[in-house]
Amino acid sequence: MKSEKAVRIIKSIEISNAVEKLCADANYLLPADVLNSLKENSGKEKGTAKDIFDEIIKNAEIAETEKIPLCQDTGSANFFIKIGKDVVIEDGDIYSGVNNGVAECYKKKYLRKSIVSDPLERKNTGDNTPANIYVDIVDGENIEIIFLPKGGGSENASALKMLEPSAGWDGVKDFVLNAVKEKGANACPPLIIGIGIGGDFASVGYLAKKSLLREIGSKNTNPYYEEKEKELLAEINKLNIGAMGLGGNTAALAVFINTKPCHIASLPAAVNIQCHSCRRMTIKI
Amino acid sequence: MTKAMTIQELLSNIKNIKAGQRVLLSGTIYTARDAAHARIIDLINKEAKLPFGLKNSAIYYCGPAPAKPGEIIGACGPTTSARMDVFTPKMLEAGVKILIGKGARSESVRDSIKKNKAVYMAVTGGVAALLSKTVKSCELIAFEDLGPEAVYKLEVKDMPLIVAVDSEGNNIFKGSE
Repeated sequence: MKSEKAVRIIKSIEISNAVEKLCADANYLLPADVLNSLKENSGKEKGTAKDIFDEIIKNAEIAETEKIPLCQDTGSANFFIKIGKDVVIEDGDIYSGVNNGVAECYKKKYLRKSIVSDPLERKNTGDNTPANIYVDIVDGENIEIIFLPKGGGSENASALKMLEPSAGWDGVKDFVLNAVKEKGANACPPLIIGIGIGGDFASVGYLAKKSLLREIGSKNTNPYYEEKEKELLAEINKLNIGAMGLGGNTAALAVFINTKPCHIASLPAAVNIQCHSCRRMTIKI
Repeated sequence: MTKAMTIQELLSNIKNIKAGQRVLLSGTIYTARDAAHARIIDLINKEAKLPFGLKNSAIYYCGPAPAKPGEIIGACGPTTSARMDVFTPKMLEAGVKILIGKGARSESVRDSIKKNKAVYMAVTGGVAALLSKTVKSCELIAFEDLGPEAVYKLEVKDMPLIVAVDSEGNNIFKGSE
């Protein structure tokens, strides 16, 4: 007997419209957990570092009130999407739906277009597409879209290394600390440090990037890695990099670790560095 | 203590401005980032006409967001200065005196700043809405095809900066020595 399972039809234009609004809103509003963390850490600073924290907090107020982007780098458009398996998308697909929304928003809302069509030829695409779109299929009949606009300066400070298993946690820690020491000052600290460990060459960068979706103050589900996050955050903040690399107690607001099983020969590690303008926003359709 | 000064005051006093000094700067600055630097260097090499006079000029490493209707400029914070390091000594040799951006500079740039009696000033990254309030006029003057990487002439009033590398080559960035 044939089973009749209900499906939910979502038109591609509905996705575009939702994404168009999402891209603008996310560029004007610093998430509450980030703003609260900045305010808390501001109390630990003095002199220039304190002045920089004050500028960052004031900037967030102006951006939200006047609908001016928090940063002129309104980012590459990264989307982490969960599609319920009972959803059917009509008149297009998830990729065209999202990209059309990005193009409309970046053109209409005076956001900066920061994407070039070819990495060497370097001609601006003029509408900030194509977006980077990562899709998971889940149960249900909804689409959840998380938008993470990511600035180029902090992305450039990120790194990936294929370690040997014998390197262990100490090897991962040294790799991350070196990356922060080498380029952290140029990535608009105070930073959020997203770390991927495990998987393979392709997936470890994704693990690191996806860890940046966590809220500051949230706990790692694995108590071992929760401890390692605290240990690494303390060590990074002892480097005296400070806000904007000019010294101080807060080079990073948080460290997030995301892990995955891996090959017996490998210990892949990636660090995706996020600037203090950590914009992210979620919608559900 | 923070000092308010014009670009002319800064230029005439450049040897006395020390690293770590906070400044509210007013005057004319030109935006130029990666692609504009490459083109300007190319024009220098060809001895062709430049989009603006480099002698005693101030360059801001910035690719602004577009202005909304009725606004002077969009969000306009600094980009990472280090990417301009490969171009900077040549720009300083050509007469640029004030560099504005975010993050540390290479040793060769610090040496060139000292040699040419110039100054590098750091501005807080990621506070682009706040900085847009310091821009009093904005005019596109070259390389329009580069979009956000075009050269804009800006008049700024009280732009908050800190002297990061002074004309003696002293540097305030931690860990870059």
